[in-house]
Amino acid sequence: MAAETSAPATGAGEREPNHGMRIFIIWLVLALASDLLIWFVLGPHLPPGDLASAANGQQFDIKVMSAMAAPVMVFVLIQFIYSLIVWRHREGDEEDGPPIHGNTRVQVTWITLTTVIVLCLFGFGTYELVNGPGAGAGSGEGPSPIVNPPGAELTVAQQMAPYSASKPLVIQVIAQQWRFTYRYPQFGGFETTYLAVPQNQWVEFDVTSIDVIHDFWAYQLGVKADADPGVNNVAYTKPLQLGSITVRCDELCGLWHGAMYDYGSVMTQSAFQSWATASQAHFADVTKMLPPYATTYDPTEIKQLGTVLVKLGLTGAGGGYYPPNDPSQP
Amino acid sequence: MSLPVRVGTLLVAFLAVVGGVIFVVIHFLLAGPPVVDYAAGVAPGQPVSIMLQEDPQNTVSNHPDWVSYFIKDPKTGAWVHTTLFQVPAGSRVNVTILGYDGCTPLRNPFWGMVTGTIGGVEDVNGSPVSVLNSWASCSVGHTFSIPGIGLNVPVASPTTLSANKNVCGLSPCTSGPHTTVTFSFNAPKSDGDYFWQCRVPCGLGYLDGFGGPMQTIGFMTGQMEVVS
Ligand SMILES: [Cu+2]
Ligand SMILES: [Cu+2]
Repeated sequence: MAAETSAPATGAGEREPNHGMRIFIIWLVLALASDLLIWFVLGPHLPPGDLASAANGQQFDIKVMSAMAAPVMVFVLIQFIYSLIVWRHREGDEEDGPPIHGNTRVQVTWITLTTVIVLCLFGFGTYELVNGPGAGAGSGEGPSPIVNPPGAELTVAQQMAPYSASKPLVIQVIAQQWRFTYRYPQFGGFETTYLAVPQNQWVEFDVTSIDVIHDFWAYQLGVKADADPGVNNVAYTKPLQLGSITVRCDELCGLWHGAMYDYGSVMTQSAFQSWATASQAHFADVTKMLPPYATTYDPTEIKQLGTVLVKLGLTGAGGGYYPPNDPSQP
Repeated sequence: MSLPVRVGTLLVAFLAVVGGVIFVVIHFLLAGPPVVDYAAGVAPGQPVSIMLQEDPQNTVSNHPDWVSYFIKDPKTGAWVHTTLFQVPAGSRVNVTILGYDGCTPLRNPFWGMVTGTIGGVEDVNGSPVSVLNSWASCSVGHTFSIPGIGLNVPVASPTTLSANKNVCGLSPCTSGPHTTVTFSFNAPKSDGDYFWQCRVPCGLGYLDGFGGPMQTIGFMTGQMEVVS
């Protein structure tokens, strides 16, 4: 390199090469290359894949973030390596560097650039969060989401209306130590341990818990929502491709939290409907025993629980199963 | 303080900490209930018969008021205070559970359905049953559930008031009102540990009935170790 050959003790007379321009050009080439690699090569493999709309959206966001972060990192690395090579200490050079007290241009550029980057991320993130139906990035949006896909069913009566492929499929996720069960109110409210969802239809997860706090994480669907007792946490996704799903609990919930996972799949519309109809028949006997479909179930005060013992004549439980003051941690 | 006193104090403090750590490791981490071996001398694929009982208490433990399972040792015939057992891979496991505890309703009545057994039923005192409604009548004591293989068996309890008032009070139970529940399932073909648990919120006095015995190996939860 030219800088190296003319390097030793660059005197005042010798022309200093334009380091800024050099760094800029090296940066431009490498930043462009890394962004192209991130977008086209690494991008399609970034988590959580593209099985469903929410997963897709998350993958896109991670791609954008990586593409924005890479040039910054490349710049830092180039600056570091360039300095090591070009401005390293050379033999015989005992001179001090010039005393520099601030550089307005560098400072203004620095503050402007970082501000612009942060504001862009803020704008992008906000837009992504509320952009179009079923946004919310696949996370739980609480009982009354701000953004809903068309035909979203939020009241119990709406959710129990018969299934229609043109409306979102409602699935209630019931977390309990240490298993998720899934309730399908549009199919008579049957409950099962298998999570089946149809392709190309909005799915509305109504996530709740009947004991402690869990977290419903359907990884490939891009859905992750806290399962809190007494709370209905709604999350949306639209499965786009056929495939299998792994569901994990993502909130430490006791001894077997680590074993709290199960599987499911995205089915074709017709396969899903026959699965659901068959399950409705298969679980008919136990469905009759379930409490009426509701958005939440109180873990501490379920009337039927005490009733059984009282009916039998055992009054030890006081007719209220675990009164609010009873459940106490040791 | 003189130097030897300071060094001595430090040394004593250091030894106390080390001793504490060793005690915690040995007492809490390494010590556990024994594993009842149903696989010894049984060729993989051959059927085994295992026997458990569930008690209203565990008077042979340091938690005498905790509900508890016991497992019968096939060699000695003794009831062991443990919830760990071994079965051969790929074998048909014939299970007998003696339900000595009274009834408690399930938190989620969904678990009143028998799943994962051969034939989809359990025999309660000799009669096949596929669902038990713990919310409608006194019917379920605890459950024996292995989620990893989709097994869920609500263990029937004695149903009458007098039986529920006169449950056995000394563990392991040898007499007193009880049900005999039998069912069979196929053990997985590959080795592995499969946790099992009860789904009745029977940890009375704990948060949502799910602490204490429900989360302690040796009481209401344990592991099935599949070996070949
Ligand atoms: Cu959990
Ligand atoms: Cu139990």
